[in-house]
Amino acid sequence: MTTADTAPLSYPFNTPESLDLAEEYAHVRNRPGLVRVRMAYGEPAWLVTRYADARLVLGDPRFSRAESASHDEPRQSEGRRDSGILGMDPPDHTRLRSLVARAFTVRQAEKLRPQVRELTRELLDELEAAGPPADLVDRYALPLPVAVICRMLGVPAEDRPRFRVWSDAALSTSSLTAEEFDTNLEELRAYMRQLIEDHRQTPRDDLMTALIDARDVGDRLSELELVDLCVGILVAGHETTATQIPNFVLALLDHPGELARLRAQPELIGSAVEELLRFVPLGSGAGQARYAKEDIEVGGTLVRAGSPVLVAVGAANRDALRFSEPGKLDISRDGNQHLGFGHGAHHCLGAPLARLELQEAIGALIGRFPGLHVAGDVVWKSEMLVRGPRVLPVGW
Amino acid sequence: MTWRAEIDPKRCMASGMCATIAPELFVLGERVSRPVSEEIAANETALDAADCCPALAITVYDEGGDVIGPRP
Repeated sequence: MTTADTAPLSYPFNTPESLDLAEEYAHVRNRPGLVRVRMAYGEPAWLVTRYADARLVLGDPRFSRAESASHDEPRQSEGRRDSGILGMDPPDHTRLRSLVARAFTVRQAEKLRPQVRELTRELLDELEAAGPPADLVDRYALPLPVAVICRMLGVPAEDRPRFRVWSDAALSTSSLTAEEFDTNLEELRAYMRQLIEDHRQTPRDDLMTALIDARDVGDRLSELELVDLCVGILVAGHETTATQIPNFVLALLDHPGELARLRAQPELIGSAVEELLRFVPLGSGAGQARYAKEDIEVGGTLVRAGSPVLVAVGAANRDALRFSEPGKLDISRDGNQHLGFGHGAHHCLGAPLARLELQEAIGALIGRFPGLHVAGDVVWKSEMLVRGPRVLPVGW
Repeated sequence: MTWRAEIDPKRCMASGMCATIAPELFVLGERVSRPVSEEIAANETALDAADCCPALAITVYDEGGDVIGPRP
């Protein structure tokens, strides 16, 4: 077993203005034991980079998210986020998760496929009419998931510019103070409270109405939990997919052989999206530290009770012990149980919907434009938890 | 009262959800999850796990053999 005999490494490793996985990860993954890292704020933590270790920490109930509330959690900003359901453990977490889980199953998501396909067609028509160069983010990648989650939850899609600002701040890593975080969250909550009242007066066939019923009839969640669940679904429901659409386009343009193969065999879109989810490290770094509830050995290091562990899923997704030729993008890869959606209790609630949106969005785009290319300077998001272009000019 | 829990290995995507929510009932193997034992004591947690499974791979039967989870 190794011990913490050296100063913690500065973390995160990834640079914001690319989709590369930082080289440090390979060094760390190949040496025995875990390494100590320190983020800009909070206490030092153990860093997990191997696949088996990642699944252990994310999936074992001896690791807790709720414990982070009573510790100085490692983080990129001074202010602390109230991470809502992401900060809970079973059974509290299960109570809330089970209320929304049934809206996001594979079967439910699949019902939305015709709508999503129609939306991509309309957006591509508009994009084509506008002519090149066009910003793929603003005209395609963002409006699609926003429209889907708004319709599903019961939020007016025309409010997109308003919650764009709140959502950006919610995922920002810039040094927002606790007060700035709180102000932003309170504005978003006030907006959602208004919509919830509106739905109480006029119930509709949407997820918000179903959650209001669970509160008012079933008494299964508090009013604040209701508000925060809707806020969480709205933010998480579009930002990540909206970011991965241009990321996947860039990754495919960077691998012309695989892109040509996908155009020739569109039926590979399912496994192509899984491979892109494995290959593209979305996050600037690991977050949402897990706290050991007892002494546990992880990857040759004894993690003491009360210590935080950060899991770098982007690095675990390139672990050669789990994936053959992990650095290669192979759109027909078999048995691809990547950790792109996380693992365990907090496995991405919207994963089936995100998969479907990514399949439809990427498939339709490359099918429509055989000459798709980057047509200008890419502007990258900076100081965000997720990496990707803020502006991606494309031509065709 | 005894229920029965099944996991369809073809649907299971090894999200690890069930093994985290109900570690006494489900265990995650190398590729897929499986019930610790097929017969389980009547237990709300089994229904929660069936509801939360993103792949809808878990089916819970009551003692009469009727499907009771995932709940509609």
